[in-house]
Amino acid sequence: MNAYQKVQLARSNLRPDANAYISQLIDGFIELHGDRRFADDAAVVAGLGYFEGQCVTVLALEKGVDTPERLRRNFGSAQPEGYRKTLWHMRQAQKFRRPILCLVDTAGAACGIGAEERGQGQAIAENLFEMMGLEVPVLSVIIGEGGSGGALALACANRVYMLENAIYSVLSPEGAASIIYKDADKVDEASEALKLSAQDMLRFGVIEGILQEGSQFELAADAIRNAFRKGLKQLQGLSGEQIRDQRYARFAKLGGNLR
Amino acid sequence: MLDKSMFKSPNLRLEHGLADGAGLPLVCPGCRREVSQEVFEQEFCQCARCGYTHKMSARQRIAMILDEGSFLELDAGLQSSDPLGFPSYREKLNQARTSSGEKEAVITGLGSIEGRRCAFFASEPGFMMGSMGAAVGEKLSRLFDRAAADRLSVVGFTISGGARVQEGIISLMQMAKVSGAVRRHSDAGLLYIAVLCDATTGGVAASFAMQADIILAEPGALIGFAGPRVIEQTTRQKLPEGFQRAEFQLEKGFVGKLCRRPEQKALLASLLAMHEVEPA
Repeated sequence: MNAYQKVQLARSNLRPDANAYISQLIDGFIELHGDRRFADDAAVVAGLGYFEGQCVTVLALEKGVDTPERLRRNFGSAQPEGYRKTLWHMRQAQKFRRPILCLVDTAGAACGIGAEERGQGQAIAENLFEMMGLEVPVLSVIIGEGGSGGALALACANRVYMLENAIYSVLSPEGAASIIYKDADKVDEASEALKLSAQDMLRFGVIEGILQEGSQFELAADAIRNAFRKGLKQLQGLSGEQIRDQRYARFAKLGGNLR
Repeated sequence: MLDKSMFKSPNLRLEHGLADGAGLPLVCPGCRREVSQEVFEQEFCQCARCGYTHKMSARQRIAMILDEGSFLELDAGLQSSDPLGFPSYREKLNQARTSSGEKEAVITGLGSIEGRRCAFFASEPGFMMGSMGAAVGEKLSRLFDRAAADRLSVVGFTISGGARVQEGIISLMQMAKVSGAVRRHSDAGLLYIAVLCDATTGGVAASFAMQADIILAEPGALIGFAGPRVIEQTTRQKLPEGFQRAEFQLEKGFVGKLCRRPEQKALLASLLAMHEVEPA
């Protein structure tokens, strides 16, 4: 499988969506809508529930299953209000001292006149700033596409995992092809050059682990459950400050081995 | 995606006038006025006749804003490697080093503004569009950490096309890393002022440019997450006049104040004075 085939696999409509994993992994999930500023963005699913008996905040970028739902959810590309919805829930998690579990599946943040008017850059920047100060565990799993800043806004985590066929990239292969190669058809080369597979991420130290998907949905869900369980256990017993500092140290070392 | 020409002066000599053609008059692309390099820099690289705002290098910013002789550069030798083995990236880096005369796309250090000490950074637009890779992320993180340790405010001028594509995911991670350093500096109760210049976009607009306590912008600067060309291509909509410009961002509530170059130094000094902290 070449790199672009991996991209296509990560984007496949046949992959389970975030809601499928939430219903499999979270008991008694209660979705809470809206950002309390402007609107409710359907590209983001946020709420409360229990993970193995522990109350958690769940944040997810949701692409939708069929075409009407995908349209309604803007194919998982969140508007600023989507990120502000997650920001509100992060602050609630901090207040009530509960862990945050994130599922990431997006081609990137929404791109458009409205998104710019309402401060897409500012919304993502504020998420990154807020997440770097959180004193509760944050665990993220990239379940399909991890597209750029729009994905990072739910992945400034203490632990980041990827499903084996997920991708994580600074820019879409299409975008890279047109910027770097000046040729939109060169997506194969661009996908290869961007090094966006889970295996690449593990090698760069960008993720803690690759989760095997196996042959059916339940196996992938189990892999995510195990990752969440392990991540929470590893952070158990740390003080809020230690959790925050661990998160910063995790990112501070990335790209830091320079002369 | 941004037009490359946005990051380059139309006349190379305007940016690197001291390197070659010194002494020859410069020609303003806006009105064809001839002006000497010396007068041009005294006029803040902005045409006194037509108001045309020329691109400024990081060094010109330092000369314009910091007290003469006060700048102490930090991590001057730090430069990006090629973490992905990205095709033709090494050649691009070499070209950028030669054409800009800098090792990386941001200059960081310590200095003073009207006698008030601060940590300072300025993006270098002539170095791969001011884009952020590992070296830019590392230099900025170290600057904010240093400022936190020394209890200094940070003043920064941003110009950037965003995360540097050639460093792939490592560039994306710099957004998180610098955000962490900004957050720690902020949690120490210290001031950070960002001056957003033309153009500040992508992963830089979505991280440290928009995380400052006080966000200023140069009039006319393009500020946004997605570049205008990408938005037009994606939405097939014509963008309104002035879309994403500093004046637009002021109106939408994302920029605190616009400030022309001749007034920047005094404004920054006033803001620093209002946030004086006890030395460590």
